[in-house]
Amino acid sequence: MATSTAHSVNLADAMVMTPPPMVDYLVVAPLVIGFVFGALCLMTRKNTGRQPFIAITGLVLMLAADIGLFWHVLQNGTVVMTMGRWLPPFGITFAADMLGAVFALIGGIVGLAGGIYALDDVNQTGRRYGFYPFLLLMMSGITAAFLTGDIFNLYVWFEVLLIGSFGLLVLGSEREQLDGATKYAFLNLLATTLFLLAVAYLYGTVGTLNMADISRKAASVRDTGPLFTIAALFLFAFAMKAAAFPVNFWLPASYHTPRIVVSGLFAGLLTKVGVYALLRIFLTLFHVERDMLAGTIAVIAAVTMVTGAMGALAQNDIRRQLGYLVISGIGMMLAGLALGSRTGLSGGVFYAAHSMVVMTALYFLAGIMGERMNGFALNKAGGLYSRMPWLAAIALVLLLSVSGLPPFSGLWPKAYLVKASLDVGAWWLAFAILLTGLMTTIAVGRTFAFSFWRERTGGEAETASPQGAVSGAVVGSLVGLTLLTVAVGIYPEPVIRVTDRIAGELLAPAGYVDSVFPADMTPTQGEGGPQEGETQQ
Amino acid sequence: MRTLIFRTVAPFLSSLMILFSVFVLLRGHNEPGGGFIGGLIAASALAIYGIAFGVSPVRRAIRFHPMALAGFGLLLAAIAGILSIFSHVPFLTGLWIYPKIFGVEVALSTPMMFDIGVYFVVFGSITSTALALEERERD
Repeated sequence: MATSTAHSVNLADAMVMTPPPMVDYLVVAPLVIGFVFGALCLMTRKNTGRQPFIAITGLVLMLAADIGLFWHVLQNGTVVMTMGRWLPPFGITFAADMLGAVFALIGGIVGLAGGIYALDDVNQTGRRYGFYPFLLLMMSGITAAFLTGDIFNLYVWFEVLLIGSFGLLVLGSEREQLDGATKYAFLNLLATTLFLLAVAYLYGTVGTLNMADISRKAASVRDTGPLFTIAALFLFAFAMKAAAFPVNFWLPASYHTPRIVVSGLFAGLLTKVGVYALLRIFLTLFHVERDMLAGTIAVIAAVTMVTGAMGALAQNDIRRQLGYLVISGIGMMLAGLALGSRTGLSGGVFYAAHSMVVMTALYFLAGIMGERMNGFALNKAGGLYSRMPWLAAIALVLLLSVSGLPPFSGLWPKAYLVKASLDVGAWWLAFAILLTGLMTTIAVGRTFAFSFWRERTGGEAETASPQGAVSGAVVGSLVGLTLLTVAVGIYPEPVIRVTDRIAGELLAPAGYVDSVFPADMTPTQGEGGPQEGETQQ
Repeated sequence: MRTLIFRTVAPFLSSLMILFSVFVLLRGHNEPGGGFIGGLIAASALAIYGIAFGVSPVRRAIRFHPMALAGFGLLLAAIAGILSIFSHVPFLTGLWIYPKIFGVEVALSTPMMFDIGVYFVVFGSITSTALALEERERD
């Protein structure tokens, strides 16, 4: 019973006895902030006037926590905190290494940009439906997925972000949205179920769910356990999440249906969680299986990027075209994973960061274009340049950036990936990357030429399209993201230094394991060393 | 539902169920029970009340929108985790205090606060769904 006199056990056997430094709370801060402000938004759901204020405050604080965490990790290496004071394999561990911290940071930036863009894009009805609570809860789920060090917990965060995303997707409950949401929900739940199955098999084989613990115990069960099968299951599940080639049909079917800000956030964040999970699973946990699967992943990557670019070429709707560009970018990141070398991984992670920012910005851009052109159809597009030359400038930057042309942020990761492919003699992968770049350039060039340079066709009541100035919130978020891609493109050294460090950390998972299980913190009861195989049958 | 028996019994049944849900919630720390099951029982109580008297009396009876209650629960659970920062222990660590109330030692803890949060989240979200479904039927 819970009374004050019942404590006579030696807590040091099971618990962390040293108080964690104050800065280490940063590893849970973004998630807690998201939940607290999400809850506040939920409580004031009917108060549509005040809600954006609460939400933006929350998103700003979240970003501040992400920046703080990034800085902390940059200075002091991986930050670890195990929930509820339990020792690592038993408590749920949050472990932020450079990879997680960078993804969380960029996620925070994109989330804040989305929140600001939504000030204008999401009307009273959308707010009453609960746009902001869903946004904050989804952001919490995404950030926590990047930071957790426990594989079952990763599954939980996937569920949290999925539920948030379902809410955002059906906001407004229009027929088309429900159609897209059904496909999205069904296929994502399928992928999540596969993920859960893989986790169950993994637990049955290794006997632990803590990622660092799995990483150090995997070697001892590799001869007896079906690790390759489990790794393949993970690959399938996360490839579906990340929208890699054979299992990506849900993305173009659903991403063009919701409000543009929601599409932008999804394109920037959701598929990248899948990519992050692949990087984490295949480099920190199963690097031996990654070596075995590298050929498969490389083929998937090449086909994903080429088919994505082909899809983009074939589309008439700008939003659908962007959906295919998201897919094509996923191929690039998977190429980094497939190459598995320092240069390749660095390029892949850099591309992911670049893609998060640029894809979101492109959807925001498409939102403004669509509003000015009364629709997203390219064959009816035109006449934007004369009305909004500044928008043409932004569009040019973003479109060149997404096709990987200098001097914007898309160039460097592609150069890295091509170099890494040629280093290992995978000329066909390098060719696929360059071919994708060419086709993407043609596709986005077509979009730019049609919507900006071409004279407006069909002069009915078209001139009556909204002429009012674009709101400051919309322009601000778009320009902010655009400046980011320009800045990174012109001065990429700091980013490359960070991604190089991430690649180094990923290739040496022992560092991650050591920070979760420091040498001086071995549990006193004879619990799991690496060679001490778990026998629970 | 317009049967006399049901309408007579429903208020008693509902109040009994709410009371029982609180009992189950508090019992849950050491024995079967807890916030989730307690919240479900409380939500069923309101569902029964709604079936007997219609949705608007239920909405009036709970004063706040059920979703707001769910938000409150989430906030409570998050705060239960944050409190650990003041004791310099990792996030979500269980903290206990034992105040003497009328000479009886009462154990209060952050796990209990978290469980109350769960109770409200489940209660709020399930009630919200149930009321929405009952409303549809009338239209």
